[in-house]
Amino acid sequence: MKRFIGFIRKEFYHIFRDTRSLFILFGMPIAQVMLFGFAITNEINNVDIAVFDKSKDATTQEIINKIASSKYFSNKQFITNEAEIESVFKKGKIKAVLVFEKDFSQKLIKESVADVQIITDATDPNTANTVNNYISSILQKYGQEINKDIKTPYKIIPESRMVYNPELKSVFMFVPGVMTVILMLVSAMMTSISITREKEMGTMEILLVSPIKPFQVIIGKVFPYIFLSIINAVVIILLSIFIFKMPIEGSLFLLGFESILFIINALSLGILISTMSSTQQTAMMISLMGLMLPVILLSGFIFPIASMPMPLQVISHIIPAKWFIIILKAIMLKGVGLSYIWKETLIILGMTIFYITLSVKKYKIRLE
Amino acid sequence: MKEKNVIQVKDLTKKFGDFTAVNKITFEVKQGEIFGFLGANGAGKTTAMKMLIGISKPTSGEATVANFDVYTHPEDIKKNIGYMSQKFALYDDLTVRENITFFGGIYGLSKTKIKEKAEALISELNLQEVANELVGSLPLGWKQKIAFSVALLHDPKVVFLDEPTGGVDPITRRQFWEMIYKNAHNGTTIFVTTHYMDEAEYCDRVSIMVNGKIEALDTPKKLKEQFNVENMNDVFLKLARG
Repeated sequence: MKRFIGFIRKEFYHIFRDTRSLFILFGMPIAQVMLFGFAITNEINNVDIAVFDKSKDATTQEIINKIASSKYFSNKQFITNEAEIESVFKKGKIKAVLVFEKDFSQKLIKESVADVQIITDATDPNTANTVNNYISSILQKYGQEINKDIKTPYKIIPESRMVYNPELKSVFMFVPGVMTVILMLVSAMMTSISITREKEMGTMEILLVSPIKPFQVIIGKVFPYIFLSIINAVVIILLSIFIFKMPIEGSLFLLGFESILFIINALSLGILISTMSSTQQTAMMISLMGLMLPVILLSGFIFPIASMPMPLQVISHIIPAKWFIIILKAIMLKGVGLSYIWKETLIILGMTIFYITLSVKKYKIRLE
Repeated sequence: MKEKNVIQVKDLTKKFGDFTAVNKITFEVKQGEIFGFLGANGAGKTTAMKMLIGISKPTSGEATVANFDVYTHPEDIKKNIGYMSQKFALYDDLTVRENITFFGGIYGLSKTKIKEKAEALISELNLQEVANELVGSLPLGWKQKIAFSVALLHDPKVVFLDEPTGGVDPITRRQFWEMIYKNAHNGTTIFVTTHYMDEAEYCDRVSIMVNGKIEALDTPKKLKEQFNVENMNDVFLKLARG
């Protein structure tokens, strides 16, 4: 035990004396949460739109006011002819143009149908889509309002309600993802690098010749990272609660338990990587290419898995991050207990055992 | 007497698939002896040594180190040997004192013992001024001496030195051999691999490995007589060319 404590002290010296790894450990989580929370967002706010109102009557004015008064849009410009539509889009500021047909009000009253055209700048398809949906829904609402008194037979009115994230805040989607990415990166990459560093420096050989046992070496190397990863997880959760108002509906205890399980999973992956590589460079490349990209692209963090082609969906199953994101979302947003996520928990546990077994096997082969 | 032989090896063999890296080597090393284990790169020196220090399992044959069997008691062997690799492996980002404390710790020395040893080592090597500096900032020759002293921290019966003088200048090499002599006189057995033939002259006895076999084993003087040459380098060349 005394040996073990000495070993861990040494490990902390390594970590705290290397400014680069310190930065990766503590700077990156904060930077990433901030980046994903503030900069990368697929909500729209204050989008500039232009209006080409050929009718200029009370109804169109009312609609324009309704749109402009929502926090999503600001009405920046009135256009007076067809040609201007093209030119405002080219300038780039305006993301959508609303075109009301001539005699809008009168048509609406006489024929009960009037046309309004929404033209969006689809150079950014996501924004265009969202803008289009938002404007349509405002128009629809207005339509319902003016029809309030009129009874139309056989009408289906969909009443939609978004649950678990009613405001569709994208930060709620990113926090679980960022947490997963960071825990994976810190745990797997940093451990694999620190173990391969011992190999590269030749100190691993010295340790293997000493009475300290190989598994003690590995646990001693990994232990500080469990500790640091837990701190990271806590920092991320605190940031998301206090800065982004992320709700934690479920039990904190369960959240902590699942996080530690995932950290151990990532650490065992790091150990596995270190058994496969003999230099720090290789370990870093394997961690970056083999872990980071799948974790970001295939875990459902940014791109929904359900809309991926079949082969990628199959691959996503073997990525532990995918299951952890499901768990995190379930606990944070839905507030469910273990009875709802035991399957995902078991999968991560199984993967962890698999990695550890494989590492032990590889380690033994190397020793023969 | 068996006690006197610190290392005993008989028909020790290591195969990697079809390739025989070490082929039935037999030798023994007496207590306090400086035993040179020579051979060209790839002759099987390192593989043979790895079997003796318990990080590689022999394919066949017998070997005991400090009276412990390499098959059954590798853990006891580890407690009784010191090891210094060709990289003089210390932790560059730890100070001299922290390195000593760490390595003393993994050999299970008590805190007071470690402190005592550290002070003795620091004054012996004249390291007072750099004791709290990071090892990474020290010249190679110093690292080599520190690494050697660290390998001796727990008073091992045998010290294994794997090419301990690679990359250091002749004067430092000379000083290093003086350190080795001093410790051998104190009763520590030194098992040293090298491919510098001039260093072979410093050893009490040398064995020369060629293609996994020990082709010659005697004192440097007798070997020179036997092959009728002036120096160890020529002995080696004669053997290597068959």
